[in-house]
Amino acid sequence: MSVAFELPIDNVTEQVKIHLRAVSRQYLAGGESFYALEGINLEVSAGEFLCIVGPSGCGKSTLLHLIAGMDRPSGGSISLDGEPVVGPGPDRLLILQELGLFPWLTARENVEFGLKLKSYSKSDRRELARRYLNLVHLSQFENSYPHQLSGGMKQRVALARALVMKPDVLLMDEPFAALDAQTRDRLHDELERIWDETGQTIIFVTHNVREAVRLGDRVVVMGYRPGRIKREFRIALERPRHLENVVVARAARQIHNCLREEIEKSTRAEYQDELGD
Amino acid sequence: MNSAIKVVKHLAFYCVLLGAWQTVAALHLWPPYLFPAPVEVFASLRAGFDDHTFWIAIGVSMKRMLLGYAISTILGGVLGLLLARSAFLEETLGRLVVSLQSMPSICWLPLAILWFGLSERAILFVVVMGSMLSISITLESGLKNVPRIYAMAGRNLGASGLRLFWSVLLPASLPHLISGLKQGWAFAWRSLLAGEMIFVTLGLGQLLMMGRDLNDINQIIAVMVLISAIGFLIDGLVFRNVESRLRRIWGISPVS
Repeated sequence: MSVAFELPIDNVTEQVKIHLRAVSRQYLAGGESFYALEGINLEVSAGEFLCIVGPSGCGKSTLLHLIAGMDRPSGGSISLDGEPVVGPGPDRLLILQELGLFPWLTARENVEFGLKLKSYSKSDRRELARRYLNLVHLSQFENSYPHQLSGGMKQRVALARALVMKPDVLLMDEPFAALDAQTRDRLHDELERIWDETGQTIIFVTHNVREAVRLGDRVVVMGYRPGRIKREFRIALERPRHLENVVVARAARQIHNCLREEIEKSTRAEYQDELGD
Repeated sequence: MNSAIKVVKHLAFYCVLLGAWQTVAALHLWPPYLFPAPVEVFASLRAGFDDHTFWIAIGVSMKRMLLGYAISTILGGVLGLLLARSAFLEETLGRLVVSLQSMPSICWLPLAILWFGLSERAILFVVVMGSMLSISITLESGLKNVPRIYAMAGRNLGASGLRLFWSVLLPASLPHLISGLKQGWAFAWRSLLAGEMIFVTLGLGQLLMMGRDLNDINQIIAVMVLISAIGFLIDGLVFRNVESRLRRIWGISPVS
């Protein structure tokens, strides 16, 4: 029994949340232009947990930035609920590996930041911030400044800061890459639980295939230069899944085989760059 | 406990210093009108406070200082903002600001006297020119060095334009800004005293020159002690406190 299987490209999707049509992004580097992304067609359903894996330099972060509206595509279109994406907005929140927590604000004030911009009253802000800090088990640390928190705690503050805005879409760019294994395991559990409670759409970029299988409803494999979608895998495993589970490992192996060629291409290119210097 | 040891250490240091000074003075290697004893200087210091000359001088100088510093902060702030916002201004006006900043502020004095005469405004001009540029340069570099990630996070959470500036960019550049303001204060203080020595200004600078005119070395040294004490107090009480508070919050080592 195969647990991860390839999807037909034109599969029928219910309630499309995010739709990318022929999206490309061109960059100039040293006078030469290259495509970081080319011909990306992707549909993400409402409430889906989509993971994107790919070698470094394949444009997976660029893709998230485009959806977040932090960057504009060179070609093609991106729509959210049928409306074209024209700029950043608190309905699509980006969580990066370096979190961008504001060091001059306490954990609670960081969580309140976006609410303040939405002109919530002080007491509403405080209450909501407390509720979301509680959701990520950080109630006791509401008055701590970011530098007083551990890596995993900071990650959770960033999560609370994003979740409190009740975004339709969470865009996570290798958020757990810098954490130790135990912390990451726990955050996987928490993220899955929160996703289950809120029904948000999540796009999760990682280079760790097992993590992708652990979390995703679907895993998209991206290729290297030009960045494009190589294959998609539906992960039809029961939740919660465990990272060390044999079935998870087997599915990850299958995806990894598909990815290997791209990783080799990327590594070779990096070595060549070094030799070129 | 630690702070008690510190106090004792400092006290001991100054006792030894004063003792050495008194001993050298007592040896009469130089005439007392060139090398006074600390006791004499202390007497002059007391007399200055007793007949209110020093109080008045401190008041007059501090008033100028606060006014000049306020003007420099506002003008320097605006200038720094403009430089940070516009690449064109940064490359043109910015270069000019940096080269003018390298000039000792007393060099503005002849110009100030021609423009404003021997007046209050001439002194203010020198104070402002002395500190405004350094404030604008540090504000500019502070804003420029704000890590991109903060601006990104702010925009992502819905901040833009002025809101982004007030609630993200400005606080993010605060560590830089504070050291800029501190430096600006120090420059203003130096410029002020230099400016005050030029004519009858009632300030601390003039008291120094008066000491010279009256050949009163005790007064000169007493006023010098006073000037450095005031500088030390303001640096220690105001700026150091703000900086250490900032460092505690951010969890950073001191910025240059």
